[in-house]
Amino acid sequence: CAGEEKRVGTRTVFVGNRPLSETETYVAQRFCDNRIVSSKYTLWNFLPKNLFEQFRRIANFYFLIIFLVQVTVDTPTSPVTSGLPLFFVITVTAIKQGYEDWLRHRADNEVNKSTVYIIENAKRVKKESEKIKVGDVVEVQADETFPCDLILLSSCTTDGTCYVTTASLDGESNCKTYYAVRDTIALCTAESIDSLRAAIECEQPQPDLYKFVGRINIYSNSLEAVARSLGPENLLLKGATLKNTKKIYGVAVYTGMETKMALNYQGKSQKRSAVEKSINAFLIVYLFILLTKAAVCTTLKYIWQSTPYNDEPWYNQKTQKERETFKVLKMFTDFLSFMVLFNFIIPVSMYVTVEMQKFLGSFFISWDKDFYDEEINEGALVNTSDLNEELGQVDYVFTDKTGTLTENSMEFIECCIDGHKYRSETQEVDGLSQTDGPLTFFDKADKNREELFLRALCLCHTVETKTNDAVDGATEPAELTYVSSSPDEIALVKGAKKFGFTFLGNRNGLMRVENQRKEVEEYELLHTLNFDAVRRRMSVIVKTPGGDILLFCKGADSAVFPRVHNHEIELTKAHVERNAMDGYRTLCVAFKEIAPDDYERIDRQLIEAKMALQDREEKLEKVFDDIETNMNLIGATSVEDKLQDQAAETIEALHAAGLKVWVLTGDKMETAKSTCYACRLFQTSTELLELTTKTIEESERKEDRLHELLIEYRKKLLHEFPKSARSLKKAWTDHQEYGLIIDGSTLSLILNSSQDSRSNNYKNIFLQICMKCTAVLCCRMAPLQKAQIVRMVKNLKGSPITLSIGDGANDVSMILESHVGIGIKGKEGRQAARNSDYSVPKFKHLKKLLLAHGHLYYVRIAHLVQYFFYKNLCFILPQFLYQFFCGFSQQPLYDAAYLTMYNICFTSLPILAYSLLEQHIHIDTLTSDPRLYMKISGNAMLQLGPFLYWTFLAAFEGAVFFFGTYFLFHTASLEENGKVYGNWTFGTIVFTVLVFTVTLKPFLKQQRMYFIFAQMLSSVSTWLAVILLIFISLFPEILLIVLKNVRRRSARRNLNCRRASDSLSTRPSVRPLLLRTFSDDSNVL
Amino acid sequence: MTWSATARGAHQPDNTAFTQQRLPAWHPLLSASITLPLFFCAGLAFLGLGLGLYYSSNAIQELEYDYTGDADEGSCATCATEDQGRAPPPRCSCSWYFTLSELFPGPVYLYYELTGFYQNNRRYGVSRDDAQLSGLPSALHHPANECAPYQYSAGLPVAPCGAVANSLFNDTFTLWHRRQPDAPYVEVPLDRSAIAWWTDYHIKFRNPPLVNGSLALAFKGTAPPPNWPVPVYELSSDPNNTGFVNQDFVVWMRTAALPTFRKLYARIRQGNYSAGLPSGAYRVDIAYNYPVRAFGGHKLLVFSNISWMGGKNPFLGIAYLVVGSLCIVMGFVMLAVYIRYQDQDDDDNDDE
Repeated sequence: CAGEEKRVGTRTVFVGNRPLSETETYVAQRFCDNRIVSSKYTLWNFLPKNLFEQFRRIANFYFLIIFLVQVTVDTPTSPVTSGLPLFFVITVTAIKQGYEDWLRHRADNEVNKSTVYIIENAKRVKKESEKIKVGDVVEVQADETFPCDLILLSSCTTDGTCYVTTASLDGESNCKTYYAVRDTIALCTAESIDSLRAAIECEQPQPDLYKFVGRINIYSNSLEAVARSLGPENLLLKGATLKNTKKIYGVAVYTGMETKMALNYQGKSQKRSAVEKSINAFLIVYLFILLTKAAVCTTLKYIWQSTPYNDEPWYNQKTQKERETFKVLKMFTDFLSFMVLFNFIIPVSMYVTVEMQKFLGSFFISWDKDFYDEEINEGALVNTSDLNEELGQVDYVFTDKTGTLTENSMEFIECCIDGHKYRSETQEVDGLSQTDGPLTFFDKADKNREELFLRALCLCHTVETKTNDAVDGATEPAELTYVSSSPDEIALVKGAKKFGFTFLGNRNGLMRVENQRKEVEEYELLHTLNFDAVRRRMSVIVKTPGGDILLFCKGADSAVFPRVHNHEIELTKAHVERNAMDGYRTLCVAFKEIAPDDYERIDRQLIEAKMALQDREEKLEKVFDDIETNMNLIGATSVEDKLQDQAAETIEALHAAGLKVWVLTGDKMETAKSTCYACRLFQTSTELLELTTKTIEESERKEDRLHELLIEYRKKLLHEFPKSARSLKKAWTDHQEYGLIIDGSTLSLILNSSQDSRSNNYKNIFLQICMKCTAVLCCRMAPLQKAQIVRMVKNLKGSPITLSIGDGANDVSMILESHVGIGIKGKEGRQAARNSDYSVPKFKHLKKLLLAHGHLYYVRIAHLVQYFFYKNLCFILPQFLYQFFCGFSQQPLYDAAYLTMYNICFTSLPILAYSLLEQHIHIDTLTSDPRLYMKISGNAMLQLGPFLYWTFLAAFEGAVFFFGTYFLFHTASLEENGKVYGNWTFGTIVFTVLVFTVTLKPFLKQQRMYFIFAQMLSSVSTWLAVILLIFISLFPEILLIVLKNVRRRSARRNLNCRRASDSLSTRPSVRPLLLRTFSDDSNVL
Repeated sequence: MTWSATARGAHQPDNTAFTQQRLPAWHPLLSASITLPLFFCAGLAFLGLGLGLYYSSNAIQELEYDYTGDADEGSCATCATEDQGRAPPPRCSCSWYFTLSELFPGPVYLYYELTGFYQNNRRYGVSRDDAQLSGLPSALHHPANECAPYQYSAGLPVAPCGAVANSLFNDTFTLWHRRQPDAPYVEVPLDRSAIAWWTDYHIKFRNPPLVNGSLALAFKGTAPPPNWPVPVYELSSDPNNTGFVNQDFVVWMRTAALPTFRKLYARIRQGNYSAGLPSGAYRVDIAYNYPVRAFGGHKLLVFSNISWMGGKNPFLGIAYLVVGSLCIVMGFVMLAVYIRYQDQDDDDNDDE
């Protein structure tokens, strides 16, 4: 609706749509209404729009053309023969699309017609949701969903806050607190809210859920406007649900299709599978065959007709008109007629069958019990059914680390204060340093420092407490439950609790902490400098009970070390690095005291930045940057991120299946590397090649060093792998394995190093190295870089199929970029799952999804496609051969009914059932032997070889059908009463054999036309011939299969033996992370 | 897909054999141990069938005579020279003499065979009006356009219209038998009824409703096809065998599949000849009317008897024999391959 509205500048919303004062006249602005339209069609434009879209498909358009030719030119078959199948196909597709659109309409209506309450003239008015206008004041009750994006004005609580869960938007089920502007908190009745005169200035709608910039100008009686800034914490999003708050009043700022939720649902691009490309290639081949056939027949016809008595024998004279037609024109119409006669070689119903197969087949994924996860009470979800078979074709897997390979459920392991190590007693640890409990270790560092550190842990976070609440249900009574968007923080707060410092929660802006002596200390929270991925740290500014103002900061080592005094770093740094090596996530904690004078300046700057309408982010960042300097390092914490269930087994299976697994993570190198070892992406024998800032920074000129390294690695790898992909497949059995580690800054150096041709060269060398490595780890990646890498691999020679799997918002770009995107319904929200093609609860499900489902779907669809071409060639070849015996007169061999129904009725359902249920190898075998996956890699079953195999079989069978019947007809009679058969009987025999053969075919792996069929059935000879011909046509394939089976049996036996001997030598199954001992240097170049 | 904002509690998937893709399935494993016996069984069965078919086909006797008159032999040669290029040709008759030394077992069927005649030419095949032939009065006077140029003749609608009807085979045969060399020739009765398909004769082809009990009046206002000497209602004197339901006509109208075809002319099963044709001298009197030399065709006269599998057709028997022996040969090959691999496997197992 607001298409002409540009997404720049600001919009002004008058609260309650009232003028600010009597003097100003209120000009009603036009915003779009609150109607959600996700449907594609309306009742009126459905037919033309849908038809137009359907005829954009090559096959449909082709049949339309054939149909038109049949209508206009005198052709052997009636227009019905191609019109009816086309009509059928179009109708089925239209019904399917119509149904889907109807579902969308219904879902829209459900949302649009829901009742909401609007405050108009101090009255509560009941309205339909779609009637909400921008500026309306809306009342929302507890557990209701917000009907549009609202600015919170007031709530029933005294402090103007409300709790909201955004589970349906981003999957975060914890309650978030939203705030009302201070000046409107009191207006919590319908009457008082009506007296509010205010205008909201805010940015135009944009899809980012976590960004909002606005300002509210409140006009009190003095007509002096009071301006307050508005941020995301004031904006209640459509789709979120109000919790724990009786009711709120809010003013609508974005409605309908301009809400953030609606904007987020748009622009998901359509992905097409590689199979469709194969289909198009086959179509072209068959089109070529068709044209050749028509051309051959036309030529031969005119050669044959050069004998006068063949052209016009006395018993079959032409009309005057026919004699007078130009020869060229006649040849052209003959050509068209032949084309029409043979046009069924292009399978008309293939697209519809393929689509039905995909649509119905995708249910098997969502039905799969193995994908069901009890924790989240959900199974797999299929968002696109177009890509089922692509799951069987994956070459590269890109996986996120946190939340995907690892659980993202954090456990506090240990901390270090001024270089002294503390370990929590409850933690099971390896034998290195057994602890006797926390207290014995507390005398290591200065007592004051310890307490300062623990207070920092208790204060520097955004955790909220919940007591006996009814929201989550999962809480133990009378105990504090911590809720936060970041699991690390909860782990830290819980860790502090173990050491005696308990965070009791916020009350009236005071953070309450219970110390070791069971006293409650209250700190006034002055400012929170929020965490973001760029700064990689967060800070709080608090006022102690004693009146001091302290800043506590925690963040990644790289983000904190440059901002603290140098002499403190060394001890902690060693600790941090060792912990990182063990696969823990480390955070450094620092503090600084702020003098009251400084604080006033800082306070002013912060408020200023927060009020800014434009570029607020940048301004805030700058202020934060200024504040977080010259801090004192206190210590570091380490938190373990547990590996997901069976992550290592899954990775091993994927490796064995010939897939290349790349880990793309934003985490630091040491942590990522240890995770990679833990999940067996790198083996202890893997030789690691590193391209990181560490290896490069040593020299002066980075680029030269990079260049050297690249050349060196390439030489090494080329030497190791002489050539060809064949040796690559054997790589992990015979050769030394290589793993590559690269970090974000080096990657950008490679990709955008000086603009000349060298960067291109680097990229090529880099790709060569990547392709030779069995595993690649990319750490310190920004979300965009992840997508960049995926795109780079996607565009490699041979365009490999890529799959991305991730769970967080930072993986969305890579999920969208890759051929197949898989989302994990993880703890970091649902954004990844929402943007993915498939979503599964856990990483381990990837194994069955690819190895079993992907394999089966690919085999099924490949058979389906090949079969369609096969059966139509079988069908048309006798028709073609018959032309040689009827004087090239375009006499159809089959009756029109057979021509029409062959594709629709006689042959389409068995293959559809087959393509849904076929399991050429049992699912358990597929999952247990990943090597089977390699057999179908590279679109193996739709290459030229199998295609020719099917084509030749089809040609053979077509020839058998025709000539078998031909020789059968070299007799006086086929019946015991001596009666004679005619040409339609001939066609019907061929057709019968054809349908039986074609229907039997998938399981190696009727009909009635007038009276001919009945008459034919009464003949014993015909039956014998039918049986014989079916047998002959299937004979060669039976032979081939049997021969192959004999070979495979012995091969399998060999394999079993080899596997038995393998298993003796295989390494013991995955060792737990903590027990793993590896020496870092031995693996690194 | 949907906008429903409430998080739907997805339920645990059903644990049924269908949804978990664990339906019981029969895997037709074409392994050697199963297929080898199958191959041998099928091969033997096919050989048996083939032998049976071959012998029953061989037991069938056929007597053929090409009476086109090309070769300047026989009495039909004169007729042949006269018919050159003329349609309709002048009436001419000739005879074919043959002797049977022993009984030609019955029932005996008399066929005529044409070669080089494209009844399956599309332009020819569509040149008919099935509505007219089913006796529809409206179609009788308004033949379909496909019939052109045999749609109207001198302004009158042609009945039956079209090229197929116009080119009706109009040679006639009579069979004479002489038991003793001196005895006179006795006419052998030819049964010309029930030579057409039952469905054609009873359902597809119907005469138009009689007008005042007369078929001739029903066809009033129509012209016979140009090549026909008599109108359709005079094809036979038998009221059940004239008009569109004339058996010869119905047989002719079922167009043949290939350019060489046979059509049933008569059955011999009456009187003394129900057991077949006894030995003796025979004469076939041929009314030579149908011109075939214009398109390089031939006319043949065929006596044949019929077995349970139809007429003489060695193809089916031979094909079964070939496929059967192929099966057995392949069975042996397979066996050899199987044994060889088996040995190899054993060797491999020993190596391990």
